[in-house]
Amino acid sequence: MRFAAGSAVRVRRDFPETRGPCHIRTPHYLRGLPGVIERPLGAHPNPEDLAFGRPAAKVPLYHVRFDQPALFGEGRPGDTLLVEIYEHWLEDRPMTGGPTARRSESVGQETA
Amino acid sequence: MSDATPAPATHDLGGAPRFRCTPVEPDDAPPDAFGKRVDALRQILARKGLMSVDELRRGIEAIPEAEYHALGYYERWLRSISGLMVEKGVVAAEELRP
Amino acid sequence: MAAPPRPDSVALLDRFVAALLARGVVTEAEIAEQVARTDAASPEIGARMVARAWTDPAYRELLLRDGSAAAEAAGVSMAGMPPLGVLEDTDRVHHLVVCTLCSCYPRAVLGYPPHWYKSSAYRARAVRDPRGVLAEWGTVLPDHVELRVVDSTADYRWMVLPQRPAGTEGWDAARLASIVTRDALVGVALPKAG
Repeated sequence: MRFAAGSAVRVRRDFPETRGPCHIRTPHYLRGLPGVIERPLGAHPNPEDLAFGRPAAKVPLYHVRFDQPALFGEGRPGDTLLVEIYEHWLEDRPMTGGPTARRSESVGQETA
Repeated sequence: MSDATPAPATHDLGGAPRFRCTPVEPDDAPPDAFGKRVDALRQILARKGLMSVDELRRGIEAIPEAEYHALGYYERWLRSISGLMVEKGVVAAEELRP
Repeated sequence: MAAPPRPDSVALLDRFVAALLARGVVTEAEIAEQVARTDAASPEIGARMVARAWTDPAYRELLLRDGSAAAEAAGVSMAGMPPLGVLEDTDRVHHLVVCTLCSCYPRAVLGYPPHWYKSSAYRARAVRDPRGVLAEWGTVLPDHVELRVVDSTADYRWMVLPQRPAGTEGWDAARLASIVTRDALVGVALPKAG
């Protein structure tokens, strides 16, 4: 597991769907955006392989928090998004700008 | 970062501008008999190890855009599931042709 | 209303089932049994879990720590089901669940997803204009509340643990469960006492 809760990350700005048949669980609207790890969610077989019936290695999964207004410029400041993202879609990010590492009030699922 | 962002895949709907002004239909109705039958087949075939939910999604995502939006939810599922069973040799393509 | 299936889809389903039956892959009895089992799940299960969490601190702790175990404790068989995660609303945070990529939904504890949850409009707009979507349900959050949209993209299925509304003091669990609707468990509505 590469990231701990509170780590600053960025979603890889990559578009494999332009390169041929694939199955991706990282929404297009988040590619390239800064986020913060809310909590690790355990490791799960990679759906990008499962979708094609290939052997699937387990990949760490994280709940990642994003600022709502950064996404479409429409949301209300202070509103957020929480999205499950697999580790290979995340990269380190220097902690400047983007969502901060404040802990949320909500308590949630621990990793299995 | 200067290269243009390619368009999202058809199923990748988060934020899609074409639905930006479409109200959400407040339809709470359960699936009809057709939908329930397709739903049941999916669960049975998964339990028998003949398909996974990930494969179901891959099959749905392969539906061309015009067809994707023209088909109902369980119609998409049926296209995907029946296509997967042909792909895996569980049924033959000829058996599904009109 | 969701449109009825097209005639060519109905015909395809008939041919597909006939092929599966002919090859002995499934039986009509299995299909009927599966439909009955799926029909048995409904938002009343999730509502019971929420009402119990409102009245039993140990169960609330379990629900938030391990939703699947809490579902099992409520009599739901979670074998073969995706793990259930539960997100707690507070005075400061309100959760709204969507699946922009398909229709991931905690079916084990809520039953079939409703048509609107699977609609393109909901999937497209919930992450872009979530307060506008909530307004269509008549749900208006106070300004100081952070709206946290949960895009369900992967292995978990998410349910909201709403706040217990004022005016329900002294209610028993059954009465509390009666005000917890499916819409409240997804986050488009809030439970109300009256």
